[in-house]
Amino acid sequence: MFNIHDYAAIVGQATIDELYFLASRLQGKVIQHINSTAVGGGVAEILIRMVPLLKQLGVDARWDVIKGNEKFFAITKNMHNALHGAAVEITDDDLQFFLEVNQENAAEMALTSDIVFVHDPQPIALVDKKTAGKPWIWRCHIDFTEPDMRIYNFLKQFIERYDCAVFSAPAFSRVLSIPQILISPSIDPLSDKNKDLPESVIAEVLKRFTIDPERPLVTQISRFDYLKDPVGVIEVYRQVKKHIDCQLVLAGGGATDDPEGLRVLEDVRTAAGDDPDIHIIFLPPSSDIEINALQRASAVVLQKSLKEGFGLTVAEALWKGRPVIASAVGGIPLQIAHKYSGILTRSIEGTVFYLKQLLNEPEYARKLGLNGREHIKNNFLITRHLRDYLLLFISLYHQENIIYL
Amino acid sequence: MSDPFYFFSELHLVKLLGIRAKNPCELLERIKQVPPSSIYYHTHRFLQQHHYLSPEPPNDFAYWVTNILGLDALGESLASVDIVRFGSIDELRQEFIRILFDYIAKGKYCLDCEAGEEFHFMDCVTVIIPTPYVARTVREFLDIIPKLSIYSLYFHVFEARMRLRNAENDFSRWLRDSGQIALADKLSRLDPYTMTLEGLREKIIKVVSSYV
Repeated sequence: MFNIHDYAAIVGQATIDELYFLASRLQGKVIQHINSTAVGGGVAEILIRMVPLLKQLGVDARWDVIKGNEKFFAITKNMHNALHGAAVEITDDDLQFFLEVNQENAAEMALTSDIVFVHDPQPIALVDKKTAGKPWIWRCHIDFTEPDMRIYNFLKQFIERYDCAVFSAPAFSRVLSIPQILISPSIDPLSDKNKDLPESVIAEVLKRFTIDPERPLVTQISRFDYLKDPVGVIEVYRQVKKHIDCQLVLAGGGATDDPEGLRVLEDVRTAAGDDPDIHIIFLPPSSDIEINALQRASAVVLQKSLKEGFGLTVAEALWKGRPVIASAVGGIPLQIAHKYSGILTRSIEGTVFYLKQLLNEPEYARKLGLNGREHIKNNFLITRHLRDYLLLFISLYHQENIIYL
Repeated sequence: MSDPFYFFSELHLVKLLGIRAKNPCELLERIKQVPPSSIYYHTHRFLQQHHYLSPEPPNDFAYWVTNILGLDALGESLASVDIVRFGSIDELRQEFIRILFDYIAKGKYCLDCEAGEEFHFMDCVTVIIPTPYVARTVREFLDIIPKLSIYSLYFHVFEARMRLRNAENDFSRWLRDSGQIALADKLSRLDPYTMTLEGLREKIIKVVSSYV
């Protein structure tokens, strides 16, 4: 675990001092995070880093996890998919069971902290136990763009009993009777996936995957999923390859027992054919150094997703100063201002056009990458995420829009 | 000199209003309806989030109209709104309303953007925090400017004038109260909207240096 002071070398001491100042305004307050899992999944990954850093800043942050059996988590998985717009069947009995599990947890948990911070739908109904004068926050980490309205309305009755809701991207906001806050996710610049790497490590990774370090490399890092459009990426590469001798890497993980993932991987291999310059790399978990090295070695990084939650792989690539061409979906437009800190596209043709341009104009590409890195440094590092959380907690005790501390 | 100058800084917490527009007609209607702090947010966000870019990108309305709707002429009109000319958010709001109204009145197209690319109205809570810096003389003021965070610079130059409704930026006001009228006038005349925050810092240092 990193020390908060380790980040000063990256974001400056003034930023760390600001965090301490904000934290000092929360002296004596207990902030209780509640989610549904202690390990695995994006929310746990964030809390594993966030809670210790908040404690180092002097905030009494705690973290509790609700209990649930297999049936409960099968129901919440279905709810998750329904909120993403998938057609899944969730019966009234399922919803009743969901509420019963929440009630059992509410009966067992101490829910009297000064601020209760509930993450995602699984523990949402704990709000039944909310006491007057103690603010509760609901944090939505998922894409709410086109939710199944039955499930959304079921959840909405609970959401509106919180003091505010937090979303990761503007498109996820809904018409609600409570204030809605935008807090984007973040990357950790000190993690294996994002820390600086010696050239020798990058060279070793390229060698291991038989990638030619002398020719430009175009990379997309993402799990093998139709929504990431890996076959579209191959089509882009083929059109660009007619003019520029480049290489393509499609690298990512995925559950080996996921039948769809295996089908996508098969489709990708078929589309790649026997082109030796297309490298399809199925990465096991904990391949962070490899991902880091591949991103750093790339002339251009693509993220040609058809749908995206937030798309933090874009922030990861920009943090490494790489020029990025990405689809204008989900949270990606927050990370890229078109032609300023990267390129936003909406089609294969558009992606081909800009990829050729960036490969042919490395100076322009370099400038986009530099701007992108600066943008990520200011807006998408974990220190900004901590600052937003502290500001959120403080704002709960103020009604006004301009707060003097 | 008069009272010392205490430097502050500011931080923002962004609020989502759940209000969106998908074409210029809706943009016009929503601009009329959102709170002043939302107009402020969309005309100043770029300055802070992209302060390293030169030249500065335009306000959010212009960016969306140009890059999402592809309406270059309208985008240019919205981008060229001379924000420094307006003394209040409501005057600024009226200017955006005028431009959009004129465009729509000429019978120009009001086509929708692609689904998922709507303009989302936001707002922000501004939290003002103290810094350790205090200037008692112009010399001390000059020594502190290079050490300030860009957010502190931003607060005293932009926020003070436009959102807190002060007649001029905080630096000019303090210098004027301190009897440094000519220097105050010079800083007041700077157009901070056409330079990066780092560029603004250098300009202030240059102007003040010639008086020390």
